Amino acid sequence: MVIRENFEKNLEELKRKIGEMSELSVSALEKSFKALKTQDIELALKVIEGDNAIDNLELEVNQFAIWLISKEAPVSRDLREIIGAIKISSEIERVADFAVNIAKATVKIGNAPSLLEITKLEKMKELSIEMLHKAIQSFIEENISLAKEVGELEDEVDQYNGETYKSITNYLSDHPEETNQLLQLLFVNRHLERTADHITNIAESTAYLIKGQIYDFNS
Amino acid sequence: MITSVMERTNTLIEQTETGKVVSEMVHHKEGTSKINVRDLNLFYGDKQALYGVSLDIHEKQVTALIGPSGCGKSTFLRTLNRMNDLIDGVKITGDIIIDQENIYNTNDVIKLRTKVGMVFQKPNLFPMSIYDNVAYGPRGQGVRNKRELDKIVEESLRGAAIWDEVKDRLKTSALGLSGGQQQRVCIARAIAMKPDVILMDEPTSALDPISTLKVEELITNMKKDYTIVIVTHNMQQAARISDRTAFFLNGEVVEYDNTDEIFSTPQDQRTEDYVTGRFG
Repeated sequence: MVIRENFEKNLEELKRKIGEMSELSVSALEKSFKALKTQDIELALKVIEGDNAIDNLELEVNQFAIWLISKEAPVSRDLREIIGAIKISSEIERVADFAVNIAKATVKIGNAPSLLEITKLEKMKELSIEMLHKAIQSFIEENISLAKEVGELEDEVDQYNGETYKSITNYLSDHPEETNQLLQLLFVNRHLERTADHITNIAESTAYLIKGQIYDFNS
Repeated sequence: MITSVMERTNTLIEQTETGKVVSEMVHHKEGTSKINVRDLNLFYGDKQALYGVSLDIHEKQVTALIGPSGCGKSTFLRTLNRMNDLIDGVKITGDIIIDQENIYNTNDVIKLRTKVGMVFQKPNLFPMSIYDNVAYGPRGQGVRNKRELDKIVEESLRGAAIWDEVKDRLKTSALGLSGGQQQRVCIARAIAMKPDVILMDEPTSALDPISTLKVEELITNMKKDYTIVIVTHNMQQAARISDRTAFFLNGEVVEYDNTDEIFSTPQDQRTEDYVTGRFG
């Protein structure tokens, strides 16, 4: 007889829910950026409406985790895994909120003719999604080297963030009449940078779960 | 001004190293050792029950001994006041030093057991009054003065957090008390001998949950005066009340560390498997 087989199954279920949340967030990020790029207001509104599903999943993860703690009195790695799930679900929820913020910026920009190349912003979005995939895979497979890679990718996002900030502010000083759109793009730049920060937190929580030591990948 | 702020900011950023370990979870508890066990082996006839056990038990701390049935933890506990001497065919090698004295080099076992008291799994009060149970040890040591005995009995019962419940019925039979109350009177009886060390062999396993919590609370309060070593099958109990935990398996100490460490980040896979309930 495998001891604590049901508990093991419940831990797997917890991980599965985290995986599901992450997929929904990736999809929200993809859609919100596509909406920004193609000025598709309808798609942007869909992202905003879809956020509820992710919020509900976060609630579900938390309730499930609290139930597991009270029922199983977990210690050691089991406890770290459950606490990790609570923290990670909250970070994924934040990532989805940034997708919503990007969608809101898209709505505010509206149909105004687009002024700037957004390839660097797009690169930041792609890097963020790659980071999220790695961070969640690292959590589910308990693989510390994947968690460390997330920290390295974040440095690249920061690099693009700095460059984008400069180019937008430079353009802004020459074209003050375009403040609205440029400001929204600055916000998007900021949202993507924060997205990467929160994903790095996921990697840190995962590293703690695996090693029992607190890591900093965020500097 | 602005330049200097920027310089300081940049220096701070450069100093922060990405991916480093920020902090260890556990705050190590220091302590002076009260009991030093060195390379202790114990045989019941041909069968070896303890293999090279070495550990230091700290003064005025609670040390928990955990492990599956038959792992040697109770056997080990009993070596600390030579209870195993009573069993035929027991052979012990190695050293147990309490306060710089090797307890196996003395013939005065009575003195040792005065210093190292014991509380058992089931309450084992004598069929006499509560008062006489607690006064039994001191009387045996020659205390005859009634006022002095009254004082010892009251202090011991207070120390065991049972005084208020029994103060009006001290002369009635101790066996009329509930299991939880009896166990606390047993603790009072141990305290009455003014020991330094109290050994407890699964002291709550026969008690209901509320009595268990009362005894746990008592143990936590008692550690300011006594060095306590407790064998328990209840891992949550070990986690709640002890400062240090030793994990025994097949007669060996697999891991001995701060309790925080044992229950959050054990170093040995077997400890992890045991505390998370994967075997045992």
